[in-house]
Amino acid sequence: MAGAAQYSDERAREIIAAHMGLEGPAMPILHAIQKEFGYVPDAAVKQMAEALNISRAEMHGVVTFYHDFHRAPHGRHTLKICRAESCQSMGAERQARAFLDKLKLDWGGTTPDGALTVEPVYCLGLCAHSPSALYDGEPIGCVDSERLDEIAAEARD
Amino acid sequence: MAKVYIPLDMAAVAMGADKLAAAVAKEAAARGENIEIVRNGSRGMLWLEPLIEVETPAGRVGYGPAKVKDVASLFDAGFLAGAAHALNIGIVDEHPWMKKQNRVTFVRCGVIDPLSVAEYEAHNGFKGLKRAFEVGPAAVVEEVTKSGLRGRGGAGFPTGIKWKTVADCPPGQKYVVVNADEGDSGTFADRMIMEGDPFSLIEGMLICGYAVGASKGYVYLRSEYPIVAKVFQAAIETAHEAGWLGKDIKGSGFDFDVELRIGAGAYVCGEETSLLESLEGKRGIVRAKPPLPAHVGLFGKPTVINNVLSMATIPMIMEKGAKHYADLGVGRSRGTMPLQIAGNVKYGGLFETDFGIPLGVVVNEIAGGTRSGRPVRAVQVGGPLGAYVPVSLFDLPIDYEAFAAKDSLIGHGGLVVFDDTVDMSWMARFGMEFCAIESCGKCTPCRLGSTRGVETIDKIRDGLNVAANIELLKDLCHTMRFGSLCALGGFAPYPVESALRHFPEDFRKPALEAAE
Repeated sequence: MAGAAQYSDERAREIIAAHMGLEGPAMPILHAIQKEFGYVPDAAVKQMAEALNISRAEMHGVVTFYHDFHRAPHGRHTLKICRAESCQSMGAERQARAFLDKLKLDWGGTTPDGALTVEPVYCLGLCAHSPSALYDGEPIGCVDSERLDEIAAEARD
Repeated sequence: MAKVYIPLDMAAVAMGADKLAAAVAKEAAARGENIEIVRNGSRGMLWLEPLIEVETPAGRVGYGPAKVKDVASLFDAGFLAGAAHALNIGIVDEHPWMKKQNRVTFVRCGVIDPLSVAEYEAHNGFKGLKRAFEVGPAAVVEEVTKSGLRGRGGAGFPTGIKWKTVADCPPGQKYVVVNADEGDSGTFADRMIMEGDPFSLIEGMLICGYAVGASKGYVYLRSEYPIVAKVFQAAIETAHEAGWLGKDIKGSGFDFDVELRIGAGAYVCGEETSLLESLEGKRGIVRAKPPLPAHVGLFGKPTVINNVLSMATIPMIMEKGAKHYADLGVGRSRGTMPLQIAGNVKYGGLFETDFGIPLGVVVNEIAGGTRSGRPVRAVQVGGPLGAYVPVSLFDLPIDYEAFAAKDSLIGHGGLVVFDDTVDMSWMARFGMEFCAIESCGKCTPCRLGSTRGVETIDKIRDGLNVAANIELLKDLCHTMRFGSLCALGGFAPYPVESALRHFPEDFRKPALEAAE
């Protein structure tokens, strides 16, 4: 993710401390950690386990359970392409496959230049405008192969 | 000053509403036109998004779908006065799509400024809560029970019974939790109401908290809805400033707070116990029931957990009374259902109607058939765990029991239409694959069954021992249906079995048969 900060234990501890007043703070902390550093570093997992007084194994379990949290940095940009039924009814699966093949990627892969990570998503709630996608948080309806190619080009710039 | 509405709704934004709003503002400034742009929710006519509306003495006139390139011509034509233009759809409230609906839950959505407390109140907002304060908690529970409202999340459990169970628990810490983890493909009603009328959800939660004796509410929102997160967080803050959240709300002596929590891409967290685990900061592993969340819920405390639509409908029920709502609908399906029309359709969007409308009418008349122009072949009703319904069953009325009698479900009210190019054995395979990806892993039928399901369907698709593998697949579906802990594994067989039942030809390709 563009603009992510370099990891430091000190910053991680600050983020954790800022959320400790919440009931069940783990998810808000994980979101904040990922927002800050672009991923959830193992060192932050260790800090969280200590702060929440749970084992590192448990904390690791939480991080890896959810599709959104990733343990290594992603590309500078993230494109989520919907694979769910509604988008499939408009040919999304074939379109996505062709796009991935062109980039020589599989789902979840990042282009070699580190520009773009392409992930599957299972419904964006844009089902009247299938196929849909989300590019760095920006929703795109009725996405076609030209738009996908534009995004791949934009991401490289 | 002309008032111009351009939706902030995610679907409208996905079709360019933000750029359009900026272009309209810029053009107005350049022409010296004094306008106010309101970012409203969507009216639900999603094929017309972005839909610009302009207030005129005759009513709000719509123009859509409007692109940035249309802005200059709209101004030239005099759209600020509601003038003719190729994109003019007339008075929005008079549009046939709107006229055919009975908007109850969505009555304000797209109409008001979503973040204006004053407009919410001017459109009957907080009247339900005021009446709740007058009649007292027990009468509120009674009223909700009498309305016949059933959970709109999918299971259709009577909302009043849930509330009564929590209300009857001894006083102490209790919670109100709203399930906004709307993960079903083909559904977007929760998203739309939270973007277009967030105070209705807050008011519903307030009424619920008051009725059951809870002082804290959580909304668990899926991370795929970034615009909802922004709008709803702003709505919480606005409600606080206006004194509708916090301590001693409007002098009632009732304290209540709402907190928004964001999920992290796990479909299973739409299952209520998995959602509670996730809120507690754990893996979203399904809990065995009993105990019910009503007795032992969030952090072990009695908890009401309702879907967004159920909760957002409560204010209207309290305002107009149980009878008004119960008089709508058919059989044991009372009230209205906000249907979400999606997939390969000409006119996709949100269509709220009384229960009982036949499926075929929705697909052929309301949705106008397919966008591709090809014949309709199947409709998946109720999300990825819902059955594929063939055209031969288009007489089925939208009614929980009628669908159940045909081994189908209404779920959250999403309809995904497919044309005749769909390969139903592939869709069945995808159903199993999705279940394998999203299974929480706690119970064996779901965790292993879904992967074995993918493998077995692959063999069928490859023409290997087709008859024997179809029997095996049916047996596997039976095991998953009756042996899984929650609806993910338990309902994943619905799309597979319905595909096998209604579209057997897709599992027995002639060329493959011959090679056997």
